[in-house]
Amino acid sequence: MNDAAAQEFQFGSAEHQRETAISGIWLFLASEALFFGPIFLAWIFARHADPTAFDAGSRQTELMIGLTNTALLIASSFAYSVGLGYIGFGSRRGMAIWLAIAWLLGAAFIGLKFGVEWQMDFKKGLFPGPAFAIHGPARNGAQLFFAFYFFATALHGLHLVVGLGLVAWIIFRAERYTAERHSPVHVVGLYWSFIDIIWLILFPLIYLTGRAS
Amino acid sequence: MTHTSAQVSYLDDGHTLRSWLLTTDHKRIAILYIVAITFFFFAGGFAAFLIRYNLISPKGLIGSAETYNRLFSMHGILMVWFFLVPAVPVTLGNFLAPLMLGARDLAFPRLNLLSWYLFMAAGVVALYAVVGGGVDTGWTFYTPLTSFYSQGHVVAAVAAIFIAGFSSIATGLNFIVSIHKLRAPGMTWYKMPVFLWSLYATSVILVLATPVLAMTLLLLVFERLFGIGVFDPAIGGDPLLFQHLFWFYSHPAVYVMILPGFGVISEIIPAFSRKELFGYKFVVWASIAIAVIGFLVWGHHMFVAGASLYSALVFSLLSYMVAVPSAIKVFNWIGTMHNGYIRFDAPMLYAIGFIGLFATGGLTGLFLAALAADVHLTQTYFVVAHFHYVMVGGMVSAYFAGLHFWWPKMTGRLYPEMWGRAGAIIIFVGFNLTFFPQFLLGYLGMPRRYFAYPQHFEALNLLSSGGALILAVGYLLPLGYLTWSLFYGARASANPWGATGLEWTTPSPPPTENFAVTPIVTKAPYQYRRAEAVER
Ligand code: HEM
Ligand SMILES: [Cu+2]
Repeated sequence: MNDAAAQEFQFGSAEHQRETAISGIWLFLASEALFFGPIFLAWIFARHADPTAFDAGSRQTELMIGLTNTALLIASSFAYSVGLGYIGFGSRRGMAIWLAIAWLLGAAFIGLKFGVEWQMDFKKGLFPGPAFAIHGPARNGAQLFFAFYFFATALHGLHLVVGLGLVAWIIFRAERYTAERHSPVHVVGLYWSFIDIIWLILFPLIYLTGRAS
Repeated sequence: MTHTSAQVSYLDDGHTLRSWLLTTDHKRIAILYIVAITFFFFAGGFAAFLIRYNLISPKGLIGSAETYNRLFSMHGILMVWFFLVPAVPVTLGNFLAPLMLGARDLAFPRLNLLSWYLFMAAGVVALYAVVGGGVDTGWTFYTPLTSFYSQGHVVAAVAAIFIAGFSSIATGLNFIVSIHKLRAPGMTWYKMPVFLWSLYATSVILVLATPVLAMTLLLLVFERLFGIGVFDPAIGGDPLLFQHLFWFYSHPAVYVMILPGFGVISEIIPAFSRKELFGYKFVVWASIAIAVIGFLVWGHHMFVAGASLYSALVFSLLSYMVAVPSAIKVFNWIGTMHNGYIRFDAPMLYAIGFIGLFATGGLTGLFLAALAADVHLTQTYFVVAHFHYVMVGGMVSAYFAGLHFWWPKMTGRLYPEMWGRAGAIIIFVGFNLTFFPQFLLGYLGMPRRYFAYPQHFEALNLLSSGGALILAVGYLLPLGYLTWSLFYGARASANPWGATGLEWTTPSPPPTENFAVTPIVTKAPYQYRRAEAVER
């Protein structure tokens, strides 16, 4: 949020500015949590009303891709944290390399999710509408399940794309950061991990609930 | 006192359009916001004027129910999201928060500018929706009307609110972080002016409730665009879920539309009574209590929507509870005035008007929170009168009170006092004439949102429309004389009201960096002495 090189005139010290940036991003993430909240709430609520249909829908999802994607995201956050560690020691090169790895892992998620998985879903006729592939008593509820699925994954994907932009921005500006001054790296890292957390809630809602029962 | 030549006032720090449109100075951003919301206030007001014009005759004068529906929808949408929600925080709040904190700016000045651009983008989309024909859903956008049946520009209207929401979130975030991080040395939490506390409470709601509305609106748009969604009962969704989510935001949001007003009034009453604010800690914690309890009462908008008796009981009880801190504040203001040395300048007239009108609105809220009474009163003009008393009688009065009080600080000019007082009185009279008859109409059973009505409601409707005309004059007056004062008003001293507070220790208008030296706070706020000499 703030330029690491220059300290803005409303702050008493660089440390003051850093703390302020960090509290800003935490508050923003609180707001984001409430942004996603209604989807989770509505999802659980709707499933509660028609669990069998939701499970029928859930069983049509691609578990292996979901698992792979989960692993990719967690690894990506791990890589980012390592990069953050490197800049803490003043190593810009180390930071840039690990952030690039984080970026690639995130990009792989996007590719797999929208380039592969969604295409398979479309081919199987899982997009809600007249051509919806699931028939019988579960048809309505399963459509609702997939309405949630496409809506939530699109929104999560959008957040991830914004995150990719931010990580790239940090990498391009890497030479500005020092061991003492790198709050943007920290701020973007918190956002990056937050996207993971959202996925960790979506993952069981999408892939696991139907298979467990 | 004139300002020292060494410091350039924020108004003189660049005269190009660019220096305004790319500014990160919180004071200039406040001015940009004032221009914008003034426009929306009068745009929304124009729709209201047409609504009252239509209701002069029982058959409806504009001749089309559909047009009427679109008018009240646009009125509600513009007034709620483009005037009332932002009104005090983005204008007075933006201008004053850093000054009251003893800081040079908000924590994130560029985010602040971004929030203005988001607001303007939202405004453009909203105007597009209006010009394109508007919507007929009311400001509440209930499904399934909105998702499947409504013909209007629902997506554009909803997109406008969605974008405006992010502007709100940015503003709220900025205030919370600034209040935590940018207080001047010595300014402990309990030395903060109440206005800052109320901005804080407001911001908590903005940051935590607005995203819920944003997601709800996205789900709505998804449903409308794809013809399938979570609020559609045909596939197992639930339209009531929309109402729950909508009011989970919108009830807290009504407190966004009043808490900053509480803050303004709490600054003005002590200044014009020359007394310390009575029960400072109670006023402060009442704001926080309202912000917290306000999250737990949304169900009172759904008493007749098929809520279970038990949940309705709980929501009813909680609604009574939220009225307690509101009442505490009213008593504290009156306690402050008691035995004070009261001056009836325009800000004080507005503030006194506020107390009475807000109390009336709040008390009638209790009627509506009572289950049995609400079954009769819901969806009638009683509700309309209730919320106009709190939102217009309350918040708009508070906004005008604050605008007059801090006008010399913001512009460096004094407004003409006699005109100011006349405006305050005309608004008070016009307001009551417009909205008191609506309590009676609602009690007698006139439903809201209809463009025609039975003959026997004619007299009260006529009275209400006549009052609206007076009210319109009252609102146009300040537009005239405040603009006049920008050019011809007398120069203001640093502290024309003899008020306490850091904002009055810096020149009027303040220099770009606010304070030449960072102030050090040693005293509690509102240390007024009775009949202290006042130099204007
Ligand atoms: C003091 C405590 C308050 C209580 C107990 C209260 C209670 C209520 C209740 C029960 C309703 C629902 C009526 C119905 O639809 O049948 C209502 C509606 C409303 N209230 Fe309040 N209220 C209070 C304060 C406020 C304040 C301070 C504001 C705004 C500044 C406000 C704005 C509104 C609005 C806008 C509606 C109508 C929404 C709509 O249906 O369009 N209220 N109030
Ligand atoms: Cu409410």
